[in-house]
Amino acid sequence: MPATEQDFLNNPLGKNPTLEDVLDGFEFLDDWEERYAFIIDLGKQLPAFPDDARIEENYVHGCQSQVWVISHFHEASGKLYLLIDSDAMIVRGLAAMILIALNGKTPRDLLATDIDELFEQLDLFRHISPTRGNGLRSMIGKIRDIAAAHAAE
Amino acid sequence: MNDLSMASTATQKAFDVQAIRRDFPILSQQVNGKPLVYLDNGASAQKPRSVLDAMDRYYREMHSNVHRGAHTLGDRATAAFEGARETVRSFLNAGSTREIIWTKGTTEAINLVANGLAPKLKAGDEILVSHMEHHANIVPWQMIAERTGAKVVPIQVTPAGELDLESFDRLLSDRTRVLAITHVSNVLGTINPVNELVGKAKARGVITLLDGAQAVPHFQPDVQALDCDFYVFSSHKLFGPTGIGVLYGKAALLEDMPPYQGGGEMIERVSFERTTWNVLPYKFEAGTPAIAEAVGLGAAIDYLNGLDRPAMEAAENALMVRANQLVETVPGMSIIGTAKQKVPVMSFKIEGLHPSDVGTLLDQQGIAIRTGHHCAMPLMDFYGVPGTARASFAFYNTLDEVEQLFTALQKIQRLFA
Repeated sequence: MPATEQDFLNNPLGKNPTLEDVLDGFEFLDDWEERYAFIIDLGKQLPAFPDDARIEENYVHGCQSQVWVISHFHEASGKLYLLIDSDAMIVRGLAAMILIALNGKTPRDLLATDIDELFEQLDLFRHISPTRGNGLRSMIGKIRDIAAAHAAE
Repeated sequence: MNDLSMASTATQKAFDVQAIRRDFPILSQQVNGKPLVYLDNGASAQKPRSVLDAMDRYYREMHSNVHRGAHTLGDRATAAFEGARETVRSFLNAGSTREIIWTKGTTEAINLVANGLAPKLKAGDEILVSHMEHHANIVPWQMIAERTGAKVVPIQVTPAGELDLESFDRLLSDRTRVLAITHVSNVLGTINPVNELVGKAKARGVITLLDGAQAVPHFQPDVQALDCDFYVFSSHKLFGPTGIGVLYGKAALLEDMPPYQGGGEMIERVSFERTTWNVLPYKFEAGTPAIAEAVGLGAAIDYLNGLDRPAMEAAENALMVRANQLVETVPGMSIIGTAKQKVPVMSFKIEGLHPSDVGTLLDQQGIAIRTGHHCAMPLMDFYGVPGTARASFAFYNTLDEVEQLFTALQKIQRLFA
């Protein structure tokens, strides 16, 4: 089934949990097992991704794992909504984090959000650095391109 | 010390993996707060100190351009460079250093051969590869096929990861011009029965190339016994530096092939009317070569020659045996590639876990493996997986490291439970 506007608006990530929730939660995890259990858990909160959107156009090439991203611009509120999917759990968790930071923002607010800084803060930057072939770097680029196109309208 | 006790000391050294590990400076570091366990040797192997020293000494004491004559440094550099070529010749048991061409690596060597054979190919001809090839032994042939109208035909593999010899017998035909096949699979570790394949191909006058990239780190091939026309490998997987590799080719075929690149060194005489080629091997070595890297590769082979090879192979085999025993300690884990003849390479999947997650979480525990398609997408399609996790062992790995890998995998599995 294709994604409806409601599917996009129903994506809770960004509202619940908020970025503050995640930062607060992450702060108290001290070993790698707890940190990654937290990330894997976040990945489980990604809303279902429509099967028919898993097409080349929405696909982000990564050597290690596959990522899909689709967007919907909500005219009434002027906000951009996103859905992301991946076949790898850690990538799903990191994608959820990206959604929590970017989903449901105006294109301008989205473009003003520094994802690299956020991931530096969480000590997860290496996962989105250009040296990792997991597709997240390209995905962030793709989301920013979409936002830039709407911001220019 | 008498001869006998010296010999036993030498043997002991070869068996002493801890002593061997001290020869590899990179192995003693910590990664993510844990001692590094390097199990990505199939992607690239680490270098012994003697390789680093040889390259350092080359730059400090003898660097200059090679084959340019006129001064002492030039003589020293040329002697070191050509000495390394002789070391490689001896390693492969090739008949002559004329048959040893320096390339950037396996990939360039295969491209060189594919381009060199192109004039012999025409529409309807077939190039036989296998379903388990690295992309480097598929794509250059596809590019030549595109140019010439020839066709690239893959030999099937069995579910265990062995070549399907019936498929080979069926596909080897009067149309076959080239058989280009891997000696050892980078994903599966399978050692292919190349003697038989080459023998059958030669009987039909088919030109044969063996991709030895994954074979030479584990055992020493004899190109005269194999009787293949070409044998290629990379230095960096053989504990030598990156940026250099080897093409062995039979002199008669190399003589017959056009040069790959034009430039300095590869010419005999240049004029605007007519340029003539240099003799072998220089005809295929345009431009200033990777001199220090050649010297480094020579040092890597010297290092290997100083080890007790049978003991080393036995030690590697013990790693594989231990790994196979431990598979059942990780529920849902299965090995991809269970050929009878294997080098210590273990591709695996764990039910419910994505290889990329496995790789990320092993890295957190200081363990380096490779995940993904391993530049062998047709093989991934055959097994119906997006990729695998692959632990590839070298002689400097220990049984303890194998056990650490499995302990780490159990931990990862608990994390996802």
